[in-house]
Amino acid sequence: MRALANLSDIVIPMLIFFIVGYGYVSKVKVYETFLKGAKDGLNIVVDIVPTLIGLLVAVGMLRACGFFDMLGRVLAPVTGLMGLPVQLFPLLAVKLFSSSAATGLVLDIFKTAGPDSYAGLLTSILMSCTETVFYTMSVYFLAAKVTKTRYTLAGALLSTLAGTVASVILAGRMV
Amino acid sequence: MLNTIWAVMILTAVMYGAFTGRMSDVTNAALDSAGEAISLCITMAGVVALWMGLMEIAQRAGIIEKLTRGISPFLTLMFPRIPKGHPAREYIATNIIANVLGLGWACTPAGLKAMEALAKLEAERGNAGYLAGQDGSGAKNRYASNEMCTFLILNISSLQLIPVNMIAYRNQYGSSNPTAIIAPAIAATLFSTLVAILYCKWKDRGRKAW
Repeated sequence: MRALANLSDIVIPMLIFFIVGYGYVSKVKVYETFLKGAKDGLNIVVDIVPTLIGLLVAVGMLRACGFFDMLGRVLAPVTGLMGLPVQLFPLLAVKLFSSSAATGLVLDIFKTAGPDSYAGLLTSILMSCTETVFYTMSVYFLAAKVTKTRYTLAGALLSTLAGTVASVILAGRMV
Repeated sequence: MLNTIWAVMILTAVMYGAFTGRMSDVTNAALDSAGEAISLCITMAGVVALWMGLMEIAQRAGIIEKLTRGISPFLTLMFPRIPKGHPAREYIATNIIANVLGLGWACTPAGLKAMEALAKLEAERGNAGYLAGQDGSGAKNRYASNEMCTFLILNISSLQLIPVNMIAYRNQYGSSNPTAIIAPAIAATLFSTLVAILYCKWKDRGRKAW
């Protein structure tokens, strides 16, 4: 895990060094180009503000009404057996359908358990290595006008499961 | 999809809140969360703008184009039956690199183009399973080609190397080391992608054309 931790520390500085250095050597006007890209980035964030408001409000209300506590008590026997945080199951289920709805749950976990707790680390890694299975499949297959998706779902779920197992193991070693 | 999820969340919260007598908590949560979304976006804006600025440089300097060409051997491995020079290859390459670099806006258009190109490829091949729905009965029961299955499974296995958004969220909620997850995330992503590759190759074994 030490090597992984060191790698985490150097990835971003190395990337910045490489991109800016390579750009400068290839005679790109690096600063002006950076400003243009950064502006595009701001526009992307502005576009997602309404989504985040809608979903954070929904998740916040669900937490406040006691629904998550109830869910936790119901799931406790199952999750306790595997040593997994209770919040993981609703998160996994939602992530299959919608990335932004999953973000709402992720932020709730960060707020209640902290981003550096076991649950927080597990969530961070899990969200980084999984995709929205059903959403992606429906949009992409619609473009090809395909209705029979054959083994796509099985493969997608298998790789999601692999990512989940890897996240649980890696997060367990980080705490 | 999100319409249903969102409605179920909101309606459940209000009904369950009424049932448990926590309506004032629900009210406060709704108002606080709306404000919280804004402060989150302010943190995120900085990180996302930084990333997109760097990516713009990478694009102008030709780094992204180089990467797209660089994964050609990988494409040949995963899609041996797409002819070299077919537009599908180019779109798939663009989609994969955009995914790896976390360029969400560039992934989907290239991905949809790739699916259309793969559909055209099936028509060119005269694949009975894919063409089945075209005559008379409309576009019903069209079967995905092996290439489509492989492309989507790879896509869903997640290819993103730097989880930019996750780092921004961790930063906002007071992580002592927001980037600590980069290496484990890369490891987990590589593992899930490796499983996806093996599964696709196993499913695709010994097939000539579909």
